[in-house]
Amino acid sequence: MTFSPELEARFERFLAKYPADRKRSALIPMLIYAQDEVGSVTDELVDEVARRVGVKPLEVREVVGFYSMLHAKPMGKFHVQVCTNISCLLVGGEQLYEQACHKLGLGHKQVSADGRISLEEVECIAACSWAPAVQINYDYYHDVTPAQLDKLLDGLMAGKAPEQITEVPKVNS
Amino acid sequence: MLYNQPNPLEVKVLTRRFGLPNSQSIETSLANDGYKAAEKALGMSQEEIINEVKASGLRGRGGAGFPTGMKWSFVPRQSPKPKYIMVNADESEPGTCKDRLLMEYDPHQLIEGVIIAALAVGAEQGYIYIRGEFRYLIEHMDKAIAEAYQRGFLGSNIFGSGKTFNLATHSGAGAYECGEESALLESFEGKRGNPRIRPPFPAVAGAYQSPTVLNNVETFCSVPSIILSGPAYFAGLGSPKNGGTRLFCLSGHINKPGVYELPMGFNLMRMINEVGGGMRGGKKLKAVIPGGSSCPVLKADECDVNMDFDSVAAIKSMLGSGGVVVMDEDTCMVKAALRIMRFYAHESCGWCIPCREGTTWLRKLLQRFHDGMGTRNDIVLIGDLSKNMLGRTFCPLGDAAAMPTISFVEKFRDEFEAHLDGKPCPYEKSSRLVAA
Repeated sequence: MTFSPELEARFERFLAKYPADRKRSALIPMLIYAQDEVGSVTDELVDEVARRVGVKPLEVREVVGFYSMLHAKPMGKFHVQVCTNISCLLVGGEQLYEQACHKLGLGHKQVSADGRISLEEVECIAACSWAPAVQINYDYYHDVTPAQLDKLLDGLMAGKAPEQITEVPKVNS
Repeated sequence: MLYNQPNPLEVKVLTRRFGLPNSQSIETSLANDGYKAAEKALGMSQEEIINEVKASGLRGRGGAGFPTGMKWSFVPRQSPKPKYIMVNADESEPGTCKDRLLMEYDPHQLIEGVIIAALAVGAEQGYIYIRGEFRYLIEHMDKAIAEAYQRGFLGSNIFGSGKTFNLATHSGAGAYECGEESALLESFEGKRGNPRIRPPFPAVAGAYQSPTVLNNVETFCSVPSIILSGPAYFAGLGSPKNGGTRLFCLSGHINKPGVYELPMGFNLMRMINEVGGGMRGGKKLKAVIPGGSSCPVLKADECDVNMDFDSVAAIKSMLGSGGVVVMDEDTCMVKAALRIMRFYAHESCGWCIPCREGTTWLRKLLQRFHDGMGTRNDIVLIGDLSKNMLGRTFCPLGDAAAMPTISFVEKFRDEFEAHLDGKPCPYEKSSRLVAA
């Protein structure tokens, strides 16, 4: 299996972080960064990463099944994650999630037909003091209002990338 | 840009560099006392460092509040195996959002705290386990670590001392359970995040079964101030046996939610009214979760409490991880208990049956209850089920799910009863149906 030179370089850095006989520590970081490039944790990726860290493919599958960010099937190019945990719930997180469901016509962990957008109701993403919070891929949106969520989703549905939706910028630097 | 405005009542120790131009850069850090404590620690013996941390009254900021200096002293002096420092940056406790800021605005303070811990126990390698959702912070920390290597603060001859200390980030991939120390170590080793049976504790057999110091981000970030300004200064900031300040994360129905650094022992009502700007829309306070979703809920009349580990424990709750969730009179307590249980049922790793089955059945019971289909006997059953989980699991997740539930049922029984006999939730026109 071939990866981009950037990902290969990253793999090399990951494998160098841990003691020589503890390559397995690189497994989860490798999987999550590879998933970003490949789109999901495919059978081929499982075998490849297993070979590189020196474990059985089954041991990789065990891990993939455990972590909520690792997906055996691809999520959308833009993965919209709405938190509805306690702090977000108190200030409208659940309404935001329902708004997103209706607008996108998607439910929990569903992907749009063109593969561009997916939706997930997520557990706490550590933005409680700036709730309700939304993450699109790895970017944070704080104190999200229904109007802002509309703008974000309209933009995504119109084919824009999140950074092109300038009315609602991400908060993390 | 800061995510919320500071408050004049704050005592800025860990957050003192927040808001400075380029506060994340090593230049800003160095211009503002950065790495001075690490240099000072290089001139101290291991005992001296540990004794200062003990004398400071610093207690673990991850939730359990275990004395940090004591934890460090459990690491065996002589070890045939290498020793490790592990930073728990898996911040996932609902209500808690402080470690994000500590890494975002002052990553060098964390690196410095880790270096001092390494000197205290004689470790040559450290890792920062960062939850996968914090991708931007992993990049942020990597950049700061690279700056520290360039300056010779990390590497094979730190500060020209001849000592070695290497530090690297490690990405998680989404699992609340991995914030529990032994599950974190399993995850770090590339496995499912199931907890380990203890003892042995990580100080003796942690990463790769080697002696490991494992603390929360905020705990490590407190260490440079202790070494630089002295343990007496740090201890004096807080209340007896609860040294220092703490980053309290205020969320929920208040006017000015935010993360504020306040002295340990700061009164909760003052926190809500004077720091948090009071209740939103002039509503009445109903309840507060004082330290993240794992802590028993407090009724409004219990909230005149000083926020340190011992005072909150005295009223049978916990200071936990500093997540203060404020709920007003319009909040349905059954709904709050249900949402919290949905979380624990989702996050239970499934290793221990009382937790795996207990959280799932409690979720179903609470859902049914909230939908108006509960019976009087269910109230008893919810309490019974929860109590049967207590102390019967490898890790504290089972307790963390059971304790708040017991408190919700005991303290707000009237609200549970108001949902009986097919009545819809009094707080919601139509309750949301989720298939159990």
